[in-house]
Amino acid sequence: MTENNNTGIVETHYFTFGEPPDELLLLHGERLGPVTVAYETYGILNEKKNNAILINHALSGSAHAAGYYSASDKNPGWWDVYIGPGKAFDTEKYYIICSNIIGGCSGSTGPASINPQTGMHYGTDFPQVTISDMVNVQYYLIKHLGIEKLLAVAGGSMGGMQALQWTISYPEMVNSCIAIATAASLSAQGIAFNEVGRQAIFNDPNWSRGVYYDGEFPRAGLSLARMIGHITYLSEKHMHEKFGRNFQSPALDVNDLSSEYMVESYLRHQGIKFVERFDANSYIYITRAIDHFDLKKDFGGDLVAAFENVEANFLVISFTSDWLYPSDRSRDIVRALRVNGKNVNYTDIATDNGHDSFLLPNDITEKYISNFLKNEFRKSIKQAE
Amino acid sequence: MTIGYDLVLEEIPERSRVLDLGCGDGSLLVLLQEQKKVKGYGVEISEEGVGLCVEKGLYCYQADIDEGLCDYKNDSFDYVILNQTIQNTKRPDSVINEVLRIGRKSIVSFPNFAYISTRSYLMFRGSMPVNELLPYEWYESPNIHLLTISDMRKMAEKFFFNIIGEKNFSLSKNGRSRIVKFFPNLLAQYGFFILEKK
Repeated sequence: MTENNNTGIVETHYFTFGEPPDELLLLHGERLGPVTVAYETYGILNEKKNNAILINHALSGSAHAAGYYSASDKNPGWWDVYIGPGKAFDTEKYYIICSNIIGGCSGSTGPASINPQTGMHYGTDFPQVTISDMVNVQYYLIKHLGIEKLLAVAGGSMGGMQALQWTISYPEMVNSCIAIATAASLSAQGIAFNEVGRQAIFNDPNWSRGVYYDGEFPRAGLSLARMIGHITYLSEKHMHEKFGRNFQSPALDVNDLSSEYMVESYLRHQGIKFVERFDANSYIYITRAIDHFDLKKDFGGDLVAAFENVEANFLVISFTSDWLYPSDRSRDIVRALRVNGKNVNYTDIATDNGHDSFLLPNDITEKYISNFLKNEFRKSIKQAE
Repeated sequence: MTIGYDLVLEEIPERSRVLDLGCGDGSLLVLLQEQKKVKGYGVEISEEGVGLCVEKGLYCYQADIDEGLCDYKNDSFDYVILNQTIQNTKRPDSVINEVLRIGRKSIVSFPNFAYISTRSYLMFRGSMPVNELLPYEWYESPNIHLLTISDMRKMAEKFFFNIIGEKNFSLSKNGRSRIVKFFPNLLAQYGFFILEKK
C-alpha cells in the first residue's frame, strides 16, 4: 500500500432508465420503470476503456465502496480496505464502478421508492427481484458508461453471486471474475437464518405488511434481523476471542436479568446502527433474492452446464472459518469451472474471521486480488493486440 | 533449473494441454508456457504455492492431489506431470489411475530409493537414508511412499498402463540432468517415466 492510499472525497451519481413504455423486464416477467441506479466510480476510465472493474456489494452494502463523502466524514466506503491508490483494486490503474442493487435502499429503486403509478411507496407491491435482475440493471449502467467489456466483475457473498451471474448472463462482456466467500446457491442453513431475520421484521407490529413509510418504522424487527445476521458473519472462535465472557460494564457483574455481556452489547449496537441506514422491506426483498439464487437449478440441476459458456477467467477465494458460505461451496464452483476446462484460480485462506473475512483487511486476499488483476489486465491487452 | 525440468521440457510437444500436479511455485509451468507454448494448469496443496502461481499469471487451484482429480473428464489433458510428487501422495495407485484417465500421457519422476548411495546408507548405517535426494528425517518426511525404478516397472505389469519411455537420470554439478542408461536402478538418482494407458 502506498502512503497516501485514500480514494479521497467521492460522490454518488444517479442513472435513470426504463421510462414507460420501455420498462425494465424482470426475470419473473414483471415490468418495472423507471429504474434509478445509484453508483460511484473511482479512478479514471482509460482511452481504450479496457480498465473498468465492476464491484458488486453484499446484502447490506451500497454504491459507496470507497472514499469519504466529506473532509469530516469518518466512515469510508464498505470496501475501502481493498479499493484505492496502490490497493488491491488499484484506482491508479483501474476504473472502479460500484452500484447499489435494484431492490436496495441506498439510492437505487427499491421498495421504499415511490411507485409512479400510485404516487405511494412501493412497499410490498415492489416486484420480487432476483440476482439476475440486479445484474441486468448493472448491464444498463455499464452500457450507459460506454463500456463494452469489463476487465473484471468482483464481489463477496451476495456480491460474489452477482459476479458469477455476470459471467453467465453476459459472457462476452466479462474478462475475469473475482468471487469471494460465495456460493452457487445458499445452503438450507443460510435460508433458515434469512427466514428468522424476515420473521423478526414481519412480527414487528410497525411493519404493517410493509406499509410503514408514513409512520413508525419496524425498528425492533429490522435491528433483530441484523443481530441474527451478525452472528452468522462471525466464527465461534472469532466471537469468543473478540468478546469472551466479559461484561460490558464490570461493575454490573451480577447474575441477574440486567447483566449485559459485551457480545450482547455489540450485537445491539450493530442492530441500532443498521436501522438508521437500512429499509426493512429492502432487507426482506434482498434476502429473498439470495435464497432464490440457484445456478444449478437454473441449468436443469447441472452446475457444470451453468458455466459451460462462460468466457471469463476466475479467481475464487474462500475462508476456512466461514460457515455461512463454507469453502466447499466455493469448491463446487471451482469444480464446475474446471470440468468445463475454464481458467480458474482457487485458494482457501486460513483465518478465524468467518464470513466477515471478505470485508476485513487481509494481506493474502489483497495479494491474490492484486496479482490476479495485474495479470488479467496484461493478458487482456495482449489478446486485444 | 529445478530437478528434471530440462527433461520434462524436452518431452512435452508444443501447444500441449498440461496439468502439473504439485506444481509448487509454478516455475515449471512458466518454462513450459514460454518455451513450448503449452496451455498449462496447476494443482498445489499450499496456499503459498497457489499465491506464487497467481503472481506469475498461471491458473492454479489449491487441492490435495489425492482428492482433487475426480471431476475432470477423461482425456482432458495431453500430459499430466507428477514431478517429484508421486511419493508424497497417500494412494499413489489411485493417483496413477486417475492421472491416466484424465490425461493421455503422464510424466512421473521421483527420487530412486534404490540409488547406490541411498542403498548403502541403509545397508551400512541401518537407518533411514537422509541425503541430498531425501533430505528429511523419517518422522518429518513428506515422502510417505518411497519407490524405486524397479518398482515403477513392476507397477506397469499390474496396472493398465504402458511405459513408453524411460529417462532415468542423475543431476550433474550444473543442475542439468544426465540420463543414466547403465543399471539405472542402482546408478540413477531419479526415475523418469513416460506412461500411457493401455
